[in-house]
Amino acid sequence: MILLFYIAGAVAIASTVCVILQSNIVHALIYLILSLLAVAVVFYVLGATFAAILEAIVYAGAIMVLFLFVIMMLNLGQRSQDQEKSWMDAKAWIAPSIMAAVLLAQFLNVLSQYDYDLVPAEVGVLEVSALLFGPYVLAVELASILLLAGLVSAYHLAKK
Amino acid sequence: MTFEVGSGLSIGAILVTVIIVAAMLIWVERRLLSLWQERLGPNRVGYFGLLQVVADMIKIFTKEDWIPPFADKFSFVLAPGIIMGVILLSFSVIPFAPGVGVVDSNIGVLFILAMASLGAYSVMLGGLSSNNKYALLGALRATAQMISYEVFMGISMLGVVALTGSFNLREIVLAQSDGWYVIPQFVGFVIFLIAGIAESHRLPFDIPEAEQEICSGYHTEYSGMKFGMFFVGEYLGLVLIASLITVLFFGGWLGPAFLPPIVWFSIKVFGFIAFFILLRAAVPRPRYDQLMSYGWLFLLPVSLINLLVTGAIILSIQ
Repeated sequence: MILLFYIAGAVAIASTVCVILQSNIVHALIYLILSLLAVAVVFYVLGATFAAILEAIVYAGAIMVLFLFVIMMLNLGQRSQDQEKSWMDAKAWIAPSIMAAVLLAQFLNVLSQYDYDLVPAEVGVLEVSALLFGPYVLAVELASILLLAGLVSAYHLAKK
Repeated sequence: MTFEVGSGLSIGAILVTVIIVAAMLIWVERRLLSLWQERLGPNRVGYFGLLQVVADMIKIFTKEDWIPPFADKFSFVLAPGIIMGVILLSFSVIPFAPGVGVVDSNIGVLFILAMASLGAYSVMLGGLSSNNKYALLGALRATAQMISYEVFMGISMLGVVALTGSFNLREIVLAQSDGWYVIPQFVGFVIFLIAGIAESHRLPFDIPEAEQEICSGYHTEYSGMKFGMFFVGEYLGLVLIASLITVLFFGGWLGPAFLPPIVWFSIKVFGFIAFFILLRAAVPRPRYDQLMSYGWLFLLPVSLINLLVTGAIILSIQ
Protein backbone atom coordinates (compact mmCIF):
# COMPACT_ATOMS: atom_id res chain seq x y z
CA MET A 1 0.00 0.00 0.00
CA ILE A 2 2.75 2.46 0.93
CA LEU A 3 4.49 1.71 -2.38
CA LEU A 4 1.27 2.65 -4.17
CA PHE A 5 1.32 5.93 -2.27
CA TYR A 6 4.79 6.81 -3.51
CA ILE A 7 4.01 5.77 -7.09
CA ALA A 8 0.82 7.84 -7.17
CA GLY A 9 2.65 10.78 -5.60
CA ALA A 10 5.41 10.57 -8.21
CA VAL A 11 2.83 10.42 -11.01
CA ALA A 12 1.06 13.45 -9.57
CA ILE A 13 4.26 15.50 -9.42
CA ALA A 14 5.50 14.42 -12.86
CA SER A 15 2.18 15.11 -14.55
CA THR A 16 1.87 18.50 -12.86
CA VAL A 17 5.31 19.42 -14.20
CA CYS A 18 4.10 18.31 -17.63
CA VAL A 19 1.08 20.61 -17.29
CA ILE A 20 3.41 23.59 -16.87
CA LEU A 21 5.86 22.59 -19.59
CA GLN A 22 3.30 21.56 -22.21
CA SER A 23 2.59 24.26 -24.81
CA ASN A 24 -0.38 22.46 -26.37
CA ILE A 25 -3.30 23.39 -24.15
CA VAL A 26 -5.31 20.21 -24.71
CA HIS A 27 -2.32 18.02 -23.81
CA ALA A 28 -1.70 20.17 -20.74
CA LEU A 29 -5.29 19.60 -19.69
CA ILE A 30 -4.99 15.83 -20.12
CA TYR A 31 -1.93 15.90 -17.85
CA LEU A 32 -3.86 17.96 -15.32
CA ILE A 33 -6.63 15.34 -15.27
CA LEU A 34 -4.00 12.65 -14.78
CA SER A 35 -2.51 14.63 -11.92
CA LEU A 36 -5.91 14.98 -10.22
CA LEU A 37 -6.56 11.26 -10.58
CA ALA A 38 -3.15 10.53 -9.07
CA VAL A 39 -4.02 12.76 -6.11
CA ALA A 40 -7.28 10.79 -5.78
CA VAL A 41 -5.24 7.58 -5.55
CA VAL A 42 -3.08 9.21 -2.86
CA PHE A 43 -6.23 10.03 -0.87
CA TYR A 44 -7.48 6.49 -1.32
CA VAL A 45 -4.25 4.92 -0.10
CA LEU A 46 -4.29 7.19 2.94
CA GLY A 47 -7.75 5.85 3.84
CA ALA A 48 -9.86 8.82 2.77
CA THR A 49 -11.94 6.86 0.26
CA PHE A 50 -14.79 9.36 0.10
CA ALA A 51 -12.43 12.30 -0.51
CA ALA A 52 -10.69 10.25 -3.19
CA ILE A 53 -13.84 9.47 -5.11
CA LEU A 54 -15.07 13.08 -4.77
CA GLU A 55 -11.75 14.27 -6.16
CA ALA A 56 -12.32 12.03 -9.17
CA ILE A 57 -15.99 13.00 -9.65
CA VAL A 58 -15.82 16.73 -8.96
CA TYR A 59 -12.35 17.79 -10.10
CA ALA A 60 -11.35 15.27 -12.75
CA GLY A 61 -14.89 14.53 -13.90
CA ALA A 62 -16.77 17.82 -13.75
CA ILE A 63 -14.53 20.89 -13.48
CA MET A 64 -11.97 19.69 -16.02
CA VAL A 65 -14.78 18.77 -18.43
CA LEU A 66 -15.90 22.41 -18.31
CA PHE A 67 -12.31 23.56 -18.96
CA LEU A 68 -12.13 21.32 -22.01
CA PHE A 69 -15.57 22.52 -23.09
CA VAL A 70 -14.37 26.14 -23.10
CA ILE A 71 -11.18 25.21 -24.96
CA MET A 72 -13.33 23.47 -27.56
CA MET A 73 -15.23 26.71 -28.20
CA LEU A 74 -12.14 28.92 -28.27
CA ASN A 75 -10.50 27.13 -31.23
CA LEU A 76 -6.90 27.71 -30.16
CA GLY A 77 -4.66 26.63 -33.02
CA GLN A 78 -0.99 26.52 -33.85
CA ARG A 79 -0.60 30.29 -33.30
CA SER A 80 -1.42 30.22 -29.62
CA GLN A 81 0.83 27.21 -29.22
CA ASP A 82 3.77 29.08 -30.77
CA GLN A 83 3.05 32.09 -28.60
CA GLU A 84 2.99 29.87 -25.54
CA LYS A 85 6.34 28.36 -26.56
CA SER A 86 7.90 31.80 -27.01
CA TRP A 87 7.02 32.69 -23.43
CA MET A 88 8.81 29.64 -22.08
CA ASP A 89 12.41 30.88 -22.14
CA ALA A 90 14.95 30.11 -19.46
CA LYS A 91 14.90 33.58 -17.94
CA ALA A 92 11.27 33.36 -16.99
CA TRP A 93 12.02 30.39 -14.77
CA ILE A 94 14.53 32.02 -12.40
CA ALA A 95 12.33 34.06 -10.07
CA PRO A 96 9.49 31.49 -9.72
CA SER A 97 12.02 28.71 -9.07
CA ILE A 98 13.66 30.64 -6.23
CA MET A 99 10.33 31.45 -4.61
CA ALA A 100 9.09 27.88 -4.99
CA ALA A 101 12.34 26.57 -3.51
CA VAL A 102 11.92 28.83 -0.47
CA LEU A 103 8.37 27.57 0.06
CA LEU A 104 9.46 23.95 -0.39
CA ALA A 105 12.25 24.38 2.18
CA GLN A 106 9.82 25.85 4.71
CA PHE A 107 7.33 23.07 4.05
CA LEU A 108 9.95 20.32 4.50
CA ASN A 109 11.19 22.04 7.65
CA VAL A 110 7.71 22.02 9.16
CA LEU A 111 7.04 18.43 8.10
CA SER A 112 10.29 17.13 9.54
CA GLN A 113 9.30 18.26 13.04
CA TYR A 114 6.42 15.77 13.27
CA ASP A 115 6.65 12.03 13.30
CA TYR A 116 3.86 10.19 11.60
CA ASP A 117 1.98 7.02 12.08
CA LEU A 118 2.08 5.45 8.65
CA VAL A 119 -0.88 3.14 9.24
CA PRO A 120 -3.79 4.83 7.48
CA ALA A 121 -7.12 5.00 9.26
CA GLU A 122 -10.06 4.51 6.94
CA VAL A 123 -12.60 7.33 6.99
CA GLY A 124 -15.92 6.22 5.57
CA VAL A 125 -18.70 8.16 3.90
CA LEU A 126 -20.74 8.21 7.10
CA GLU A 127 -18.05 9.93 9.20
CA VAL A 128 -17.48 12.61 6.59
CA SER A 129 -21.21 13.27 6.20
CA ALA A 130 -21.74 13.43 9.96
CA LEU A 131 -19.01 16.08 10.18
CA LEU A 132 -20.33 18.04 7.18
CA PHE A 133 -23.87 18.22 8.53
CA GLY A 134 -22.83 18.45 12.18
CA PRO A 135 -20.15 20.93 13.22
CA TYR A 136 -19.49 22.27 9.70
CA VAL A 137 -23.09 22.78 8.59
CA LEU A 138 -22.67 26.57 8.46
CA ALA A 139 -19.76 26.28 6.03
CA VAL A 140 -21.76 23.89 3.83
CA GLU A 141 -24.70 26.31 3.77
CA LEU A 142 -22.44 29.27 2.95
CA ALA A 143 -20.81 27.34 0.12
CA SER A 144 -24.20 26.46 -1.29
CA ILE A 145 -25.30 30.11 -1.15
CA LEU A 146 -22.12 31.06 -3.02
CA LEU A 147 -22.87 28.45 -5.68
CA LEU A 148 -26.43 29.70 -5.96
CA ALA A 149 -25.18 33.24 -6.50
CA GLY A 150 -22.86 31.95 -9.22
CA LEU A 151 -25.71 30.08 -10.84
CA VAL A 152 -28.00 33.12 -10.85
CA SER A 153 -25.34 35.40 -12.31
CA ALA A 154 -24.43 32.85 -14.99
CA TYR A 155 -28.10 32.66 -15.92
CA HIS A 156 -28.30 36.44 -16.09
CA LEU A 157 -25.20 36.68 -18.33
CA ALA A 158 -26.43 33.92 -20.61
CA LYS A 159 -29.76 35.66 -21.10
CA LYS A 160 -28.14 38.87 -22.38
CA MET B 1 -7.11 -20.86 -7.39
CA THR B 2 -10.66 -20.53 -6.08
CA PHE B 3 -13.56 -18.72 -7.59
CA GLU B 4 -14.19 -15.85 -5.19
CA VAL B 5 -14.41 -12.07 -5.31
CA GLY B 6 -11.13 -10.61 -6.51
CA SER B 7 -9.37 -13.86 -7.43
CA GLY B 8 -7.45 -13.90 -10.70
CA LEU B 9 -9.80 -16.50 -12.15
CA SER B 10 -12.83 -14.37 -11.35
CA ILE B 11 -11.30 -11.22 -12.83
CA GLY B 12 -10.19 -12.98 -16.01
CA ALA B 13 -13.55 -14.68 -16.51
CA ILE B 14 -15.46 -11.43 -16.04
CA LEU B 15 -13.19 -9.48 -18.40
CA VAL B 16 -13.39 -12.06 -21.18
CA THR B 17 -17.14 -12.64 -20.78
CA VAL B 18 -17.99 -8.96 -20.78
CA ILE B 19 -15.98 -8.22 -23.92
CA ILE B 20 -17.34 -11.26 -25.78
CA VAL B 21 -20.91 -10.40 -24.77
CA ALA B 22 -20.44 -6.80 -25.92
CA ALA B 23 -19.10 -7.98 -29.29
CA MET B 24 -21.86 -10.55 -29.72
CA LEU B 25 -24.42 -7.82 -29.05
CA ILE B 26 -23.68 -6.43 -32.52
CA TRP B 27 -25.18 -9.62 -33.94
CA VAL B 28 -27.95 -9.79 -31.33
CA GLU B 29 -28.97 -6.23 -32.07
CA ARG B 30 -29.11 -6.78 -35.83
CA ARG B 31 -31.12 -10.00 -35.46
CA LEU B 32 -33.56 -8.53 -32.95
CA LEU B 33 -34.06 -5.36 -34.97
CA SER B 34 -34.81 -7.39 -38.07
CA LEU B 35 -37.18 -9.59 -36.09
CA TRP B 36 -39.19 -6.54 -35.09
CA GLN B 37 -39.01 -5.06 -38.57
CA GLU B 38 -40.04 -8.33 -40.29
CA ARG B 39 -36.69 -8.97 -41.95
CA LEU B 40 -34.19 -11.78 -41.50
CA GLY B 41 -31.00 -9.90 -40.66
CA PRO B 42 -27.53 -11.49 -40.89
CA ASN B 43 -28.11 -15.27 -41.15
CA ARG B 44 -25.48 -16.49 -43.63
CA VAL B 45 -22.19 -16.86 -41.73
CA GLY B 46 -22.34 -19.90 -39.43
CA TYR B 47 -25.49 -21.11 -37.68
CA PHE B 48 -28.10 -18.30 -37.60
CA GLY B 49 -25.32 -15.93 -38.67
CA LEU B 50 -23.52 -16.40 -35.35
CA LEU B 51 -20.10 -16.07 -36.98
CA GLN B 52 -21.03 -12.67 -38.48
CA VAL B 53 -19.26 -11.01 -35.53
CA VAL B 54 -16.08 -12.98 -36.22
CA ALA B 55 -16.19 -11.91 -39.87
CA ASP B 56 -16.72 -8.28 -38.83
CA MET B 57 -13.82 -8.52 -36.39
CA ILE B 58 -11.46 -9.88 -39.05
CA LYS B 59 -12.57 -7.10 -41.37
CA ILE B 60 -12.11 -4.35 -38.82
CA PHE B 61 -8.68 -5.61 -37.73
CA THR B 62 -7.35 -5.74 -41.27
CA LYS B 63 -8.72 -2.35 -42.32
CA GLU B 64 -6.42 0.60 -42.75
CA ASP B 65 -6.04 2.35 -39.41
CA TRP B 66 -5.69 5.91 -40.58
CA ILE B 67 -4.80 8.95 -38.51
CA PRO B 68 -5.63 12.12 -40.43
CA PRO B 69 -2.59 14.40 -40.90
CA PHE B 70 -4.55 17.39 -39.54
CA ALA B 71 -5.53 15.58 -36.34
CA ASP B 72 -3.86 15.96 -32.98
CA LYS B 73 -2.20 12.53 -32.76
CA PHE B 74 -1.85 12.22 -28.99
CA SER B 75 -5.48 12.86 -28.10
CA PHE B 76 -6.74 11.15 -31.27
CA VAL B 77 -5.15 7.86 -30.21
CA LEU B 78 -5.99 8.32 -26.53
CA ALA B 79 -9.73 8.94 -26.99
CA PRO B 80 -10.98 5.44 -27.97
CA GLY B 81 -8.84 3.90 -25.24
CA ILE B 82 -10.50 6.04 -22.57
CA ILE B 83 -14.03 4.81 -23.26
CA MET B 84 -13.00 1.13 -23.26
CA GLY B 85 -10.86 1.51 -20.13
CA VAL B 86 -13.40 3.50 -18.17
CA ILE B 87 -16.31 1.18 -18.86
CA LEU B 88 -14.30 -1.98 -18.20
CA LEU B 89 -13.18 -0.42 -14.90
CA SER B 90 -16.82 0.26 -14.01
CA PHE B 91 -17.52 -3.47 -14.30
CA SER B 92 -15.08 -4.07 -11.46
CA VAL B 93 -17.61 -3.02 -8.82
CA ILE B 94 -20.61 -4.85 -10.32
CA PRO B 95 -21.68 -7.84 -8.16
CA PHE B 96 -22.53 -10.56 -10.69
CA ALA B 97 -23.39 -13.29 -8.18
CA PRO B 98 -22.31 -14.31 -4.66
CA GLY B 99 -18.56 -14.80 -4.97
CA VAL B 100 -18.36 -13.49 -8.53
CA GLY B 101 -16.98 -9.99 -8.85
CA VAL B 102 -13.70 -8.11 -9.04
CA VAL B 103 -13.81 -5.93 -5.95
CA ASP B 104 -16.23 -5.54 -3.06
CA SER B 105 -16.01 -1.79 -2.69
CA ASN B 106 -17.69 0.42 -0.10
CA ILE B 107 -17.88 3.25 -2.63
CA GLY B 108 -19.17 1.21 -5.57
CA VAL B 109 -21.99 3.56 -6.58
CA LEU B 110 -19.69 6.59 -6.43
CA PHE B 111 -17.02 4.74 -8.41
CA ILE B 112 -19.52 4.12 -11.20
CA LEU B 113 -20.41 7.82 -11.24
CA ALA B 114 -16.74 8.81 -11.33
CA MET B 115 -16.06 6.50 -14.24
CA ALA B 116 -19.15 7.75 -16.09
CA SER B 117 -17.93 11.32 -15.76
CA LEU B 118 -14.46 10.38 -16.99
CA GLY B 119 -16.07 8.68 -19.99
CA ALA B 120 -17.09 12.12 -21.27
CA TYR B 121 -13.41 12.80 -22.10
CA SER B 122 -13.42 10.07 -24.69
CA VAL B 123 -16.03 11.73 -26.88
CA MET B 124 -14.71 15.22 -26.17
CA LEU B 125 -11.11 14.41 -27.07
CA GLY B 126 -12.20 12.31 -30.04
CA GLY B 127 -14.21 15.17 -31.48
CA LEU B 128 -11.76 17.89 -30.61
CA SER B 129 -8.63 16.15 -31.91
CA SER B 130 -10.26 15.17 -35.22
CA ASN B 131 -10.20 18.81 -36.35
CA ASN B 132 -13.41 18.31 -38.27
CA LYS B 133 -16.57 20.42 -38.11
CA TYR B 134 -18.95 17.50 -37.73
CA ALA B 135 -16.76 15.80 -35.15
CA LEU B 136 -16.61 19.02 -33.12
CA LEU B 137 -20.38 19.50 -33.31
CA GLY B 138 -20.88 15.91 -32.21
CA ALA B 139 -18.44 16.30 -29.35
CA LEU B 140 -20.14 19.49 -28.15
CA ARG B 141 -23.51 17.77 -28.17
CA ALA B 142 -22.10 14.68 -26.48
CA THR B 143 -20.46 16.68 -23.71
CA ALA B 144 -23.53 18.72 -22.89
CA GLN B 145 -25.69 15.59 -22.97
CA MET B 146 -23.35 13.48 -20.86
CA ILE B 147 -22.64 16.04 -18.13
CA SER B 148 -26.34 16.93 -17.88
CA TYR B 149 -27.68 13.39 -17.70
CA GLU B 150 -24.94 12.36 -15.29
CA VAL B 151 -26.62 14.66 -12.76
CA PHE B 152 -30.01 12.96 -13.03
CA MET B 153 -28.38 9.53 -13.06
CA GLY B 154 -26.61 10.32 -9.80
CA ILE B 155 -29.69 11.75 -8.09
CA SER B 156 -31.90 8.85 -9.17
CA MET B 157 -29.40 6.37 -7.68
CA LEU B 158 -29.47 8.21 -4.35
CA GLY B 159 -32.97 6.96 -3.48
CA VAL B 160 -31.70 3.37 -3.56
CA VAL B 161 -28.59 4.34 -1.60
CA ALA B 162 -30.75 6.01 1.06
CA LEU B 163 -32.98 2.94 1.38
CA THR B 164 -29.98 0.61 1.75
CA GLY B 165 -27.81 2.98 3.76
CA SER B 166 -24.72 1.93 1.82
CA PHE B 167 -22.81 2.74 -1.37
CA ASN B 168 -21.79 -0.91 -1.63
CA LEU B 169 -23.50 -2.53 -4.61
CA ARG B 170 -23.32 -6.00 -3.05
CA GLU B 171 -25.17 -4.76 0.03
CA ILE B 172 -27.72 -3.04 -2.21
CA VAL B 173 -28.48 -6.42 -3.81
CA LEU B 174 -28.70 -8.20 -0.45
CA ALA B 175 -31.02 -5.50 0.92
CA GLN B 176 -33.50 -6.37 -1.82
CA SER B 177 -34.14 -9.91 -0.60
CA ASP B 178 -37.54 -8.80 0.81
CA GLY B 179 -38.55 -6.96 -2.34
CA TRP B 180 -36.98 -5.31 -5.34
CA TYR B 181 -36.39 -1.57 -5.20
CA VAL B 182 -38.24 -1.07 -8.46
CA ILE B 183 -41.49 -0.86 -6.45
CA PRO B 184 -40.60 1.79 -3.82
CA GLN B 185 -38.25 3.56 -6.25
CA PHE B 186 -40.24 3.33 -9.48
CA VAL B 187 -39.68 7.02 -10.33
CA GLY B 188 -35.97 6.62 -9.66
CA PHE B 189 -35.91 3.57 -11.91
CA VAL B 190 -37.54 5.38 -14.84
CA ILE B 191 -35.20 8.36 -14.50
CA PHE B 192 -32.19 6.07 -14.22
CA LEU B 193 -33.29 4.20 -17.34
CA ILE B 194 -33.64 7.40 -19.38
CA ALA B 195 -30.42 8.90 -18.06
CA GLY B 196 -28.61 5.62 -18.65
CA ILE B 197 -29.59 5.55 -22.31
CA ALA B 198 -28.52 9.18 -22.68
CA GLU B 199 -25.22 8.45 -20.91
CA SER B 200 -24.34 5.62 -23.29
CA HIS B 201 -25.68 7.74 -26.19
CA ARG B 202 -27.75 4.95 -27.67
CA LEU B 203 -30.73 5.55 -29.90
CA PRO B 204 -33.09 7.37 -29.35
CA PHE B 205 -30.55 9.64 -27.62
CA ASP B 206 -27.73 9.16 -30.14
CA ILE B 207 -27.74 12.89 -30.89
CA PRO B 208 -23.91 13.17 -30.70
CA GLU B 209 -23.56 10.76 -33.62
CA ALA B 210 -26.81 11.40 -35.51
CA GLU B 211 -25.88 10.15 -38.96
CA GLN B 212 -28.52 12.14 -40.83
CA GLU B 213 -27.42 15.48 -39.39
CA ILE B 214 -23.72 15.40 -38.58
CA CYS B 215 -22.13 12.48 -40.47
CA SER B 216 -21.35 10.24 -37.53
CA GLY B 217 -20.43 12.90 -35.01
CA TYR B 218 -17.35 12.63 -32.88
CA HIS B 219 -16.00 9.48 -34.55
CA THR B 220 -16.33 10.73 -38.14
CA GLU B 221 -12.56 10.63 -38.69
CA TYR B 222 -11.98 7.28 -37.03
CA SER B 223 -11.36 4.09 -38.95
CA GLY B 224 -10.20 0.54 -38.36
CA MET B 225 -9.85 -0.72 -34.81
CA LYS B 226 -10.06 2.75 -33.27
CA PHE B 227 -13.57 3.05 -34.63
CA GLY B 228 -14.13 -0.52 -33.47
CA MET B 229 -13.19 0.49 -29.94
CA PHE B 230 -15.75 3.30 -29.93
CA PHE B 231 -18.28 0.83 -31.30
CA VAL B 232 -17.58 -1.94 -28.79
CA GLY B 233 -17.32 0.72 -26.07
CA GLU B 234 -20.90 1.72 -26.81
CA TYR B 235 -22.09 -1.88 -26.47
CA LEU B 236 -20.05 -2.29 -23.28
CA GLY B 237 -21.83 0.80 -21.97
CA LEU B 238 -25.16 -0.81 -22.86
CA VAL B 239 -24.25 -3.97 -20.90
CA LEU B 240 -23.09 -1.80 -17.99
CA ILE B 241 -26.32 0.20 -17.83
CA ALA B 242 -28.39 -3.00 -18.05
CA SER B 243 -26.32 -4.58 -15.24
CA LEU B 244 -26.66 -1.44 -13.10
CA ILE B 245 -30.44 -1.37 -13.50
CA THR B 246 -30.52 -5.06 -12.56
CA VAL B 247 -28.36 -4.50 -9.48
CA LEU B 248 -29.96 -1.28 -8.26
CA PHE B 249 -33.64 -1.91 -8.96
CA PHE B 250 -34.23 -5.58 -9.85
CA GLY B 251 -32.48 -7.49 -7.11
CA GLY B 252 -29.27 -8.40 -8.98
CA TRP B 253 -28.71 -12.15 -8.78
CA LEU B 254 -31.67 -12.79 -6.46
CA GLY B 255 -34.38 -15.09 -7.77
CA PRO B 256 -36.12 -18.44 -7.13
CA ALA B 257 -33.61 -21.15 -6.29
CA PHE B 258 -34.21 -23.48 -9.24
CA LEU B 259 -31.70 -21.52 -11.32
CA PRO B 260 -28.19 -20.51 -10.15
CA PRO B 261 -27.75 -16.82 -9.24
CA ILE B 262 -25.51 -15.97 -12.20
CA VAL B 263 -28.23 -17.24 -14.56
CA TRP B 264 -30.81 -14.99 -12.95
CA PHE B 265 -28.44 -12.07 -13.31
CA SER B 266 -27.83 -12.85 -16.99
CA ILE B 267 -31.55 -13.24 -17.72
CA LYS B 268 -32.38 -9.87 -16.20
CA VAL B 269 -29.49 -8.13 -17.93
CA PHE B 270 -30.42 -9.63 -21.27
CA GLY B 271 -34.03 -8.54 -20.77
CA PHE B 272 -32.95 -4.93 -20.38
CA ILE B 273 -30.58 -5.13 -23.34
CA ALA B 274 -33.45 -6.42 -25.48
CA PHE B 275 -35.60 -3.57 -24.20
CA PHE B 276 -32.94 -1.02 -25.20
CA ILE B 277 -32.76 -2.55 -28.67
CA LEU B 278 -36.56 -2.43 -28.95
CA LEU B 279 -36.43 1.26 -27.98
CA ARG B 280 -34.07 1.83 -30.88
CA ALA B 281 -36.55 0.22 -33.24
CA ALA B 282 -39.58 2.01 -31.81
CA VAL B 283 -38.75 5.57 -30.75
CA PRO B 284 -37.60 8.44 -32.98
CA ARG B 285 -34.71 10.69 -32.03
CA PRO B 286 -35.63 13.95 -30.24
CA ARG B 287 -34.13 17.28 -31.24
CA TYR B 288 -31.06 18.44 -29.33
CA ASP B 289 -32.75 21.33 -27.49
CA GLN B 290 -35.73 19.09 -26.67
CA LEU B 291 -33.36 16.64 -25.00
CA MET B 292 -31.74 19.39 -22.94
CA SER B 293 -34.91 21.13 -21.80
CA TYR B 294 -36.56 17.78 -21.06
CA GLY B 295 -33.63 16.91 -18.83
CA TRP B 296 -33.29 20.13 -16.89
CA LEU B 297 -36.94 21.20 -16.72
CA PHE B 298 -38.56 17.81 -16.14
CA LEU B 299 -36.12 15.11 -15.01
CA LEU B 300 -34.22 17.29 -12.53
CA PRO B 301 -37.24 18.46 -10.48
CA VAL B 302 -38.83 15.01 -10.58
CA SER B 303 -35.66 13.28 -9.41
CA LEU B 304 -35.17 15.85 -6.62
CA ILE B 305 -38.77 15.43 -5.44
CA ASN B 306 -38.32 11.64 -5.54
CA LEU B 307 -35.22 11.94 -3.36
CA LEU B 308 -36.95 14.28 -0.88
CA VAL B 309 -40.03 12.08 -0.59
CA THR B 310 -37.87 8.97 -0.13
CA GLY B 311 -35.88 10.72 2.58
CA ALA B 312 -39.04 11.93 4.34
CA ILE B 313 -40.58 8.43 4.32
CA ILE B 314 -37.40 6.83 5.65
CA LEU B 315 -37.23 9.42 8.45
CA SER B 316 -40.89 9.01 9.38
CA ILE B 317 -40.57 5.20 9.58
CA GLN B 318 -37.50 5.35 11.81
